Amino acid sequence: MSDSPKAQSGDFLSNLGKIYGWYTGGFAAFVLVLAVLEQVGVPNRIIGYLFVFLTIGVYALIGYLSRTAQVSEYYVAGRRVPALYNGMATGSDWMSAASFIGMAGTLYLQGYDGLAFVLGWTGGYVLVAILLAPYLRKFGAYTVPDFLGARYGGNLARLAGVIVLMSASFTYVVAQIFGTGIIASRFLGISFELSVFVGLAGILVCSMLGGMRAVTWTQVAQYIILIIAYLLPVVLLSAKVTGVPVPQLMYGQALEQIEALRATKEALAGAPSHITPFINSDPINFFGLIFCLMLGTASLPHILMRYFTTPSVRDARQSVAWSLFFIFLLYFTAPAYAAFAKLEVFTNVIGAPIASLPEWVSIWTNIGLVRVTDANADGILQFREFVINADAIVLATPEIAGLPYVIAGLVAAGGLAAALSTADGLLLAIANALSHDIYYRMIDPQADSKRRLVVARVLLIVVALVAAWVASTRPAGILAMVAWAFSIAASGLFPALVMGVWWKRTTSAGAVAGMVVGYGVCLFYLIGTQYMGMPLWFGIRNISCGLFGIPAAFLTTFVVSLMTQAPSQAMQDFIDSIRTPRGGVRMVSGEKVLD
Amino acid sequence: MPLVEDGKIPRGASSATVDKATGEAYWARTSGLMWTMLAIWAVAGFGVHLFATSLNTITVFGFPLGFYMAAQGSLIIFVVSLFWFARKQNAIDEEFGVEEE
Repeated sequence: MSDSPKAQSGDFLSNLGKIYGWYTGGFAAFVLVLAVLEQVGVPNRIIGYLFVFLTIGVYALIGYLSRTAQVSEYYVAGRRVPALYNGMATGSDWMSAASFIGMAGTLYLQGYDGLAFVLGWTGGYVLVAILLAPYLRKFGAYTVPDFLGARYGGNLARLAGVIVLMSASFTYVVAQIFGTGIIASRFLGISFELSVFVGLAGILVCSMLGGMRAVTWTQVAQYIILIIAYLLPVVLLSAKVTGVPVPQLMYGQALEQIEALRATKEALAGAPSHITPFINSDPINFFGLIFCLMLGTASLPHILMRYFTTPSVRDARQSVAWSLFFIFLLYFTAPAYAAFAKLEVFTNVIGAPIASLPEWVSIWTNIGLVRVTDANADGILQFREFVINADAIVLATPEIAGLPYVIAGLVAAGGLAAALSTADGLLLAIANALSHDIYYRMIDPQADSKRRLVVARVLLIVVALVAAWVASTRPAGILAMVAWAFSIAASGLFPALVMGVWWKRTTSAGAVAGMVVGYGVCLFYLIGTQYMGMPLWFGIRNISCGLFGIPAAFLTTFVVSLMTQAPSQAMQDFIDSIRTPRGGVRMVSGEKVLD
Repeated sequence: MPLVEDGKIPRGASSATVDKATGEAYWARTSGLMWTMLAIWAVAGFGVHLFATSLNTITVFGFPLGFYMAAQGSLIIFVVSLFWFARKQNAIDEEFGVEEE
């Protein structure tokens, strides 16, 4: 995969199927070997170490092999990533520790209402495909602010884009590094602070030498591990409970039994329905959250920039479809996890004598993710006496299903892959915005490519270190802010991006004003309601603050654009050229064409 | 205005990719497909779930239908419609002769 001999690079690309096929087979063999080692008495701790270090080692190897000295390889993987593989890479770029570990738990706790996350985090890809990805690909940007700079003629829009990007992505990346720290410390038995820096090393070895190219090929590798790790435990659990290893179809039965138990079992008094809508959130918050998550998906730069790497506009469209397919595989399985775990809890845990609970309950009680009390001192566990942390659902499933420890190690490797891959994508998005948009475009446009790559790498390390340092302080406040990233990105970027492609009349002043107002309204509502005791508007929770920010931004962009002079003919030609797949991009004079 | 340097034809100077009328017709068709997709998105993402409570009275393989739509049905619609969209847009590109060379 090295740079100079082109044939070698071609070889790699034409053999992707074979290479990743061998890789998947190798990983399966590795899991089997560990399973055997476990049977012959190798301690769990060693198995945990092998899982964590061998997978990170493989990612590091891919990162090293993908090293590059070319700017376009560093920023957009040379635009040679086939649609299907870019789809896999986007899948792991997208699915974070929260999706992998937290989603099923949210569904367990909230039932139907938790499905807002499932819908919101998938449906946004429809918007990506129809409104943005093909046009951004045609333009051929390196970063999302790059497009804003070209379309809205100048550094003001570019800078506004960078600010929104930083606000949305930085808290997000801190949460991912925090996630790697949690997983690594649990499976390595080292301190959380140390684990954060182990995770950081894992992230940097993937991305530093090869930029987007290295991140792409590690993300594909990480997708394969995370999807195997996610599907296997619940497939085995489904086979055990229902006799059919297709959890996504079989959990219907589990849902029926859950509702039947809830109606008949005395100890389950007070358990809310798993299937009835709008218990935890009213319809306006349910739909508002879906809306913000969807538009946020279509605005997050680390996702959009993945579609800059496909060979063509056609491939970009195809690639969004593949991305959603690979994401769908995990998201339509998450409700099955929740249902089977709930069935187990309702059948074997609640209503059982506290003295003889299943073994997995005591394991996770010791770790602190499950809490059992006997409030009414009758020796029987009541629904209200059992508290389970959302993170425990996926992590405990191997034990619920009575599977060997090697499966728990596999789940840890999967969670680590999910967190690392998302962190890689986010760090690259942030560092690239700083190195390309701030440094190269605004500070030193004369910089040669060698210098640009040095700056890009230095900034990547700096951003990563700052993020890791923030994560190591266990900032509760920052973690709560992660869910806000979607509303912030949607309010600040979505209208400017979409109207830039779809409405020629959008002017620079309109777009910048829209970004400022959208971002401002969103932040005002977030900070006001979260920290200043401001009352909620129409009862809308601040996680959905985009419900105010997005319309405000659209409206401002629209009104200000009409009040200012229409974009020049040259700008209109530019827009026409990015709307048409064939032909070159007609840059407006003064804008630099990318190399 | 294209960047023209040294009399050479730079990238992007092929301004006569399509004539104006074809370009407009192409964009009208592309926008039409976009609005169709947006409608599918709105119905699958929001519309059906407005009726979740009534749909839940119907049970298929143990799944209450309202729950099923939010957990799987809409997701399948999203995935299938995106593959359909990619194919359809390719066909439009070819019909107007603006597909990539």
